[in-house]
Amino acid sequence: MKILSAWLREFLPAISADDRQLADDLTLRGIAVEGVFNVDGGSLYEMDITTNRVDAMNHYGIAREAATIYNVALKPLSATLPKAIAAKPYPVKIDAPELCGRFTAQVIRNVKIGQSTGKLAEKFAQLEQKPIFNAVDASNYVLLGMGHPTHAFDLDKLEGGIVVRRANKGEKLKLLDGTERVLEADDLVVADEKKAVALAGVMGGWDTMITAETKNILVEAAWFDQASIRRSSRRHGLHTDASHRFERGADFNAAPLANALVCELILAACGGELHGEMVDVVIAEAAKKTANRAAVSLSVAEVRRHLGATVDGKGIAAEIIEQYLTALGCSLQPTGDGAYAVTLPSWRLDLEREIDLIEEIARVYGYNRFANTFPAFAGAVQELPWEPKHAAVRRKLQALGFNEAVSSTFCSAEEATNFSGGGVPMGNPLSEEAGMLRPSLLPGMITMLEYNLNRDIADVALYESGTVFSGSTAHVSERQMICLGTTGAASATALSSADNALFYEMKGAVELLASIFTHSQLSFTAQSPAWLEPGRGAQVSVDGVAIGWFGQLSGAEAQRRKLKQAVYLCELDLQKLYALPLRQPVSREVSRFPAVERDFSFFFADSIHWEKISGAVASLGIAEMSSPQPIEIFRDAKGKSVPAGEYSLLLRVVFQSPERTLRDEEISTWCGQIVTALTALGGRMRA
Amino acid sequence: MNESIPQLQSYDDAALEQAFSALAAEVRDGAAKLSSAEAQEQFRLDWLGRKQGRLKLVSDAWLKTAPPEARKPLGIRFNQLKQQIEEALSGGNGSTSATATSGALDLTLPGTRRSIGVEHPLVRTTNQIVSVFKAMGYSLAVGPEVETDYYNFESLNFPPNHPARDTQDTLVLASQESKPLRERLLMRTHTSPVQIRTMEQQAPPLRIVIPGKVYRNEAEDATHLARFQQVEGLCVDTNITFSDLKGTLDHAMKALFGSSVKTRFFPSFFPFTEPSADMQISCIFCGGKGCRKCKHSGWIELLGCGMVDPTVFGFVAEKQPAYDPKKISGFAFGMGVERIAMMQYGVSSVGNFYSADMRFLEQFA
Repeated sequence: MKILSAWLREFLPAISADDRQLADDLTLRGIAVEGVFNVDGGSLYEMDITTNRVDAMNHYGIAREAATIYNVALKPLSATLPKAIAAKPYPVKIDAPELCGRFTAQVIRNVKIGQSTGKLAEKFAQLEQKPIFNAVDASNYVLLGMGHPTHAFDLDKLEGGIVVRRANKGEKLKLLDGTERVLEADDLVVADEKKAVALAGVMGGWDTMITAETKNILVEAAWFDQASIRRSSRRHGLHTDASHRFERGADFNAAPLANALVCELILAACGGELHGEMVDVVIAEAAKKTANRAAVSLSVAEVRRHLGATVDGKGIAAEIIEQYLTALGCSLQPTGDGAYAVTLPSWRLDLEREIDLIEEIARVYGYNRFANTFPAFAGAVQELPWEPKHAAVRRKLQALGFNEAVSSTFCSAEEATNFSGGGVPMGNPLSEEAGMLRPSLLPGMITMLEYNLNRDIADVALYESGTVFSGSTAHVSERQMICLGTTGAASATALSSADNALFYEMKGAVELLASIFTHSQLSFTAQSPAWLEPGRGAQVSVDGVAIGWFGQLSGAEAQRRKLKQAVYLCELDLQKLYALPLRQPVSREVSRFPAVERDFSFFFADSIHWEKISGAVASLGIAEMSSPQPIEIFRDAKGKSVPAGEYSLLLRVVFQSPERTLRDEEISTWCGQIVTALTALGGRMRA
Repeated sequence: MNESIPQLQSYDDAALEQAFSALAAEVRDGAAKLSSAEAQEQFRLDWLGRKQGRLKLVSDAWLKTAPPEARKPLGIRFNQLKQQIEEALSGGNGSTSATATSGALDLTLPGTRRSIGVEHPLVRTTNQIVSVFKAMGYSLAVGPEVETDYYNFESLNFPPNHPARDTQDTLVLASQESKPLRERLLMRTHTSPVQIRTMEQQAPPLRIVIPGKVYRNEAEDATHLARFQQVEGLCVDTNITFSDLKGTLDHAMKALFGSSVKTRFFPSFFPFTEPSADMQISCIFCGGKGCRKCKHSGWIELLGCGMVDPTVFGFVAEKQPAYDPKKISGFAFGMGVERIAMMQYGVSSVGNFYSADMRFLEQFA
């Protein structure tokens, strides 16, 4: 909103601050001047007034703030009008008293419509307000000056008197912007006896507007219910200066003054004479809710309880409270014990309660004049049960080289179906690709991997922890999940080939995550959802509870995304993982006696998996033997060094006793048992 | 030169020390003169020669005749001496042996680093803010991202049809129209619903810090996304004042941005606080002198805050009567994590945080 400092000064004869100082002082009191520009005769302020301060969305309202801050006089607003030519009062009827609380009307006859000149035209130019006709400009000038919306009708286009009523459903009204609107019964209209002539509080009608030919005028200034104007404004997508003010609560008492000020300007600019006294229809119920509200009680103790210490150490004193509130338009009646009954100004509908007055006192006093203090505290920080677990999980993943990432909370319907069998749809999605609440972190992870691959970043390792959503639009459930994604060139190791090294890295990450928690069994089952490549994915279970999946993204999904290389993914349910207690490390004595390593090199059929081999060795029950480890696995595609359909395994066991040095004979006996067990599985010892 | 070895007076510690010190001094002297291969060979023979080497003499003369209780201290000293001689020889060999050549390294080559992953910058900033408030007694609180109209708006004093709702254009879930307004589901537009949910569960005194994702139905640009992250705080007790709010935030900003940072407060409007304030900090780039980053004002707007509106306590008191606004008071504050992280790390576009570009993320290692 634009404001002219010179116009403010018209209301503030005693002010001494310069324009820059005034701007700063207003800003510090919440009447924000965002920019100060030089114009002829003063400054132009670009202002940002918060939505609750409709009273300050005009020059007089801001002048009142300045008068309060500097404790100087504010020139009262009044109109000087000639005596009206006697005439019958113009007929005005309010048929919707719950929506229209006040309606004033004044007839002016024999005007000459033309262009505005003089002071008004200059101010309009500086404020970039478009001039129309002098009679219309008068209405806009009053809006800018003191904030109350008014409207001027071409009296000769009105058929019969004014009726303020609800619209008939389907009733049509062409507005000043040239559009024809179809109205609802919930719209309030200003009508004559035949037709609607304005969408009340929002915009006037086309057919009754002031034109160059207008001779006689009806000036309207009214008060409309906030919620009703807001509904109409939204329904018709019409946000106007008038609706902006009415829907935030206009000044009930300002209607007759605004009407008189408009009439004064029209008479001066267009000539003509007043016919009949101003008609002023007041709905008592509405007046009671606005201008005549019950006094609010305010106690000095309560002010101090909320606001606390000031820099000068004195706190907020009673004299300050009285001075500020009086300047803002309240009247204070002491009620004893440092309390007041405060009557509220009609232009401040945002003030309703004691706390509202306390805010006004703090605001005018200046926030930065309050001290910086600390509240006393008797308590302790309570850690949520998952906090240390989540910290450990994130720390371990970072140690493994996974970068933390954050993806979109939304996904497409197709992705929701492919990764979870469905999702919860949004009503007003940001885009089609963001039409659903994500049921899984996987689509986002794949998008992030894809983003990197498309930029020739071929080695990517990411993790994301976040919320996933399930249920329906009736009820949504949220769960915390963690998702891992890797892709890139991996070198073959002694146990894996380049083609599956990342798979085993991912499995290692899952094992490491599980190791953070106390559990007795971590298992991987070869059943997997459609998004995983068959045979290259597994379900992960801890102590028999399935907590998620990992493996290679299916060829179909990879193709759909046009991914250039294999992608490995993992998604785990953190709620289930965090149901387990954190593992407390327990130290074991390290044996002082020598350890003896023995390696066994065997051929096995591909169908004999490691689990069987390690199980067979472990089941020998040799207490001095540590669990067997696979050291090297080798296959030969050509079937030369290793027969086709078989693989060569180098297996290592370590023997060690905590109590004594082992004897050669017993080690030979155990080795013999191991060879027997491996042979029983169909293994052949390599020569 | 084939010098003899000193006479050992006795096997006590002092005598051993004296004898071995004398030998060690001779080794040092000899080692200093190892300039040629011949000298080295002579030195080796002198000390380590199998038959007449002086170590052999020491072993024969002292070690073999030592009483059992003296063998251990004597053996230790003997081995130290032997090590000293061998080191002198290998050092002298240095310039010519193969192992020593490979020992001279190119110190200018970069070090090898094991790759470790990084914490996401937004999480890092969030955790920093959370830690500052935890140190002041605030516990972590979290809540759902899909909220009801009641918790996101109504209980925070945004009445139905109120213009304040305009400032937070909302992403709503599908098919909500048939439900009563307060039960309709939407993406939370701020973390403030967690205030209500926590107060309903816990009587005062309460100090919580609430990080989380929030959503608005807004056009996206370099500094704004439709989804972003906030950290919010709430403190409720008897006698919590506006000056306490100022002091707490002033301290928090100094903890986050350095002790020279100043704060200032302006009146603002939020439906759920009264009085409401916007807080600015002195520009962390120019120290308040004015620069491009602070638009030459010397100040940067950082967060919104205020005293909890009694109406909010009124909604909470329906379930938790201890929140009686006549007896307690409180303050709340909220800040955008992206904005702070952009300032901290010099990130120019907010979209970078969500692209997962490895080249971007790895800058935060």
